Amino acid sequence: MHPPDSEKPGLSRRGFLKGTGLSVAAVGLVKSATAAQEAPAAEVPTLSAAQTHEISFELNGQTTQAKVRTGHTLLETLRDQLDLTGTKLVCDQGSCGACTVHLDGKPVNSCLVFATDVAGRQITTIEGLAKNGNLHPVQAGFLHEDASQCGFCTPGMIMSCKALLDRNPSPTRDECKEAISGNICRCGTYFNIFRAVDHAATLMKGGR
Amino acid sequence: MEADRKVKLVLGFGDQRREIEVNVPAEDPIPWDATTKFSVVGTAAPRADGVAKVTGRAKYTHDMNLPGMLYGGFVRCPVAKATINGIDWSAAQAHPGVKAIHDFKVKQTRYAHQHLIAIAAESRQALEQAIALVKVDYKALPHAARFEQAMVDGAPQVHANRPNIEAYSPSGREKAVQEAMQSADKVVEATCTTQVQNHCSLESHGIVAHWEGEQLKIWASTQATFGVRRDLADAMNVDEANVQVICEYMGGGFGSKFGAGYPGLAAANLAKLSGRPVKVMLDRREEMTDVGNRPDSVQTMKLGVSKDGALGAYKVDIVGTPGVGRGAGARNPMIYAFEDRLVARTERAVATNAGAQQAFRAPGHPQGSFALETILDLAAEAIGMDPLEFRIKNDPHPTRKAQYKDGGARIGWKNRKPNGSEAGRFRRGFGVASAVWYQIGQPQGAEVLCRILRDGSVQMRNGSQDIGTGTRTLMQIIGAEELGLSLDRVVPFIGDTRDPIGPGSGGSVTAPTVAPAARQAAYLAGKELRAVVAKAMGASADDLAFSQGQVVHQKDATKSMAFADACKLIDQGEISALGKRSKNFQAFEGTVGGVQFAEVEVDCDYGIVRLKKVVALQDAGIIINRRQAESQLNGGVIQGISYALFEERVMDRQLGQMVNADMEMYKIAGAVDMPEIESVLYDVSNGGNTTGTAGIAEPTMIPTAAAIAGAVHNALGVRVTSLPMTPDRVLAALAQKEKGK
Ligand code: FES
Ligand code: FES
Repeated sequence: MHPPDSEKPGLSRRGFLKGTGLSVAAVGLVKSATAAQEAPAAEVPTLSAAQTHEISFELNGQTTQAKVRTGHTLLETLRDQLDLTGTKLVCDQGSCGACTVHLDGKPVNSCLVFATDVAGRQITTIEGLAKNGNLHPVQAGFLHEDASQCGFCTPGMIMSCKALLDRNPSPTRDECKEAISGNICRCGTYFNIFRAVDHAATLMKGGR
Repeated sequence: MEADRKVKLVLGFGDQRREIEVNVPAEDPIPWDATTKFSVVGTAAPRADGVAKVTGRAKYTHDMNLPGMLYGGFVRCPVAKATINGIDWSAAQAHPGVKAIHDFKVKQTRYAHQHLIAIAAESRQALEQAIALVKVDYKALPHAARFEQAMVDGAPQVHANRPNIEAYSPSGREKAVQEAMQSADKVVEATCTTQVQNHCSLESHGIVAHWEGEQLKIWASTQATFGVRRDLADAMNVDEANVQVICEYMGGGFGSKFGAGYPGLAAANLAKLSGRPVKVMLDRREEMTDVGNRPDSVQTMKLGVSKDGALGAYKVDIVGTPGVGRGAGARNPMIYAFEDRLVARTERAVATNAGAQQAFRAPGHPQGSFALETILDLAAEAIGMDPLEFRIKNDPHPTRKAQYKDGGARIGWKNRKPNGSEAGRFRRGFGVASAVWYQIGQPQGAEVLCRILRDGSVQMRNGSQDIGTGTRTLMQIIGAEELGLSLDRVVPFIGDTRDPIGPGSGGSVTAPTVAPAARQAAYLAGKELRAVVAKAMGASADDLAFSQGQVVHQKDATKSMAFADACKLIDQGEISALGKRSKNFQAFEGTVGGVQFAEVEVDCDYGIVRLKKVVALQDAGIIINRRQAESQLNGGVIQGISYALFEERVMDRQLGQMVNADMEMYKIAGAVDMPEIESVLYDVSNGGNTTGTAGIAEPTMIPTAAAIAGAVHNALGVRVTSLPMTPDRVLAALAQKEKGK
């Protein structure tokens, strides 16, 4: 069994998927069923067989089931199905980073990931960072340096910054810029974010 | 009834201080001035909603998922101009997922992607399918989507009832200006062009409408909750009292989100027709094409100047395109000491078949500043004067005068070499430009409710919105300051029209309009509390003051009591007071000043401008929250950098379509483009209102592009006169210089 739709023509998004290990969806974790009530009128131009699929994955440490439709992205699943709205949809094409989550610990644009491809894998979203009411050091750093204005880019930024610090506890300014180069902030908080990362790095090493 | 008081205030900053006498209305506290000792005002307080934002808990309109909610979207005109003969939506209507259709009744479209009808459907997928099922019968007409197409003789007329070119009244000073020009030592000329810039707020325009009987409940991503309420009450023919608009969080507006707009109208009507809540969120292309932009400009200037650097006559002709909207003035902000009678200005707006312009952070100013500072730098060059010295000589504003010296030292202006004296591939340069802003807030524009509860907690409530500038935190800080409390005792509420009125966030008015009302509210509530306490302890209320969580008896410290204990004496449940916004009084200066410096390194092989450093100095009035004020300043600079180097709407002249209506091809400055930014806030006791607050969202973006252009000029020895300063434009300027040799 292969991930449904992945061979279907016309799903050009697939071409954009970056390094998310498309072929590794664990066998048995995706159950597909044609959902009659979802079938649109005959002349409707659409994916030929709209289906729902049940997937199971680990979301913020909890085993989670979701019913997803053919072509649904991880982002849609998180926001619309699971009501985890911290992750934002902005460009819907991988240009802005607002939808950044971690897939098996690596940052991905969730608007470019098919929901069916996360079956059996680990997802962390912004909602999963604070533990027992304590902010993650990156969140604390953002708060400390006022690294959000309107706050709309903030969840995606934080996920990118956390990924950076997970792999590099002492990033330089240039490494920090590089790590968030896929995230756009329209309010202009980049400079505050650089300082937030510095602050978080200190916190993570036990400093204050 | 208590009487007004006459009070002497010390206004200004550093060694620039003056005493003025003002009349303070009885209901207002004594205004803050340069002698006030603060406890929380001016500190670096964390954002009141910071935790909600960093945890993803903050709910934006975009995040609303209501039970039974439908998704609304639009059928749009595919071409730049057309007559709509008919729209057949029968197949869409027959789709099982479609629940309502709203017709905007458009007979003639005037720009590509203009909205025609709106559809509400069960899911986003059903909506997409339904939109594809609608057949629009239209006849495409010749268009003029670009400036140069709309200006020529015989151009297709954009509006049926008016010509493409609208001229604003010329100054009538042309003759005097022409004469003065003849006697100038030097006359410099330049034509500057600036691009159309898209707001591109990360949260698109969006609204969720939900009818509960006659009551309309709205969640809106807006800069004006009360404006949306008025618009929808009018459009849906219901009382404003029956419309509630909620905007607890919103993902950026920058001037594009004032009224309910067509998305709001569609949502409210679709919700009415379907009897279900409806959510309309624009997608990125819609956001880029059909909700506003900053108009472009062509500014042709001529300036006379004397050998010693005195400004003479100035002539400027400004042309801009508002698309199908109105008004596209580039404002050459008159910062410098021009003689009014020697300035001749003509302005024209050229209608085009493109989306209408909207207010955008300091409307008219960044483009005007780019042109004005260009002609100034050219004038300085022509007389062989240092451009910084030239500005110091010609700028009368006391704050900017200080900022020129301060900023010059910080950027290392002394290392600046004469224009074009560097050779080789990488060339360095320094530039400077200035900003002015006008706001000390609107009188009568806001009311704030302060509630002191028996448990000692305090609420500050206003129904306007926090667009990321920090209004929520500002109210919290002011309440805490006035009542002598720590921040955690004061809970601010914002973004619900059931709370008292507040302004739309335009013109940087929100902070200076809301702050004095907040202060009055806390003052009046505190006064009531003092009376309660005075009665209980047999003291005079005048002897009581609030400080460090205590109600302090100023003559007999043994009588002081904790604020929380004092609140237990409140017998009617709680104290509440409505603070209003009093009239403005005299300010230190009528305007606030800012200056920015830039240092660049230009890669002359590839035409790439690399920003090294920006020093931004901004008069911020009495600073309420240092951290947020600094964020505003950084944010203005960064948006200015983006405007200077990257952003540009590109229209296909044949098809009349925006070809880069997404975030991949419409370039916005990212982290890797960031220079070192040194933000320097000038804490100026501003007067004008009881908190001395000034709004700074807009001036902070005005001079950035001009300062960078000055630095590029210095590096190359030739001016790049078009924005954005992309590699092609830089290389073209260099080639021009070579040719001129
Ligand atoms: S929404 Fe996914 S990258 Fe922009
Ligand atoms: S804080 Fe508004 S987009 Fe980044």
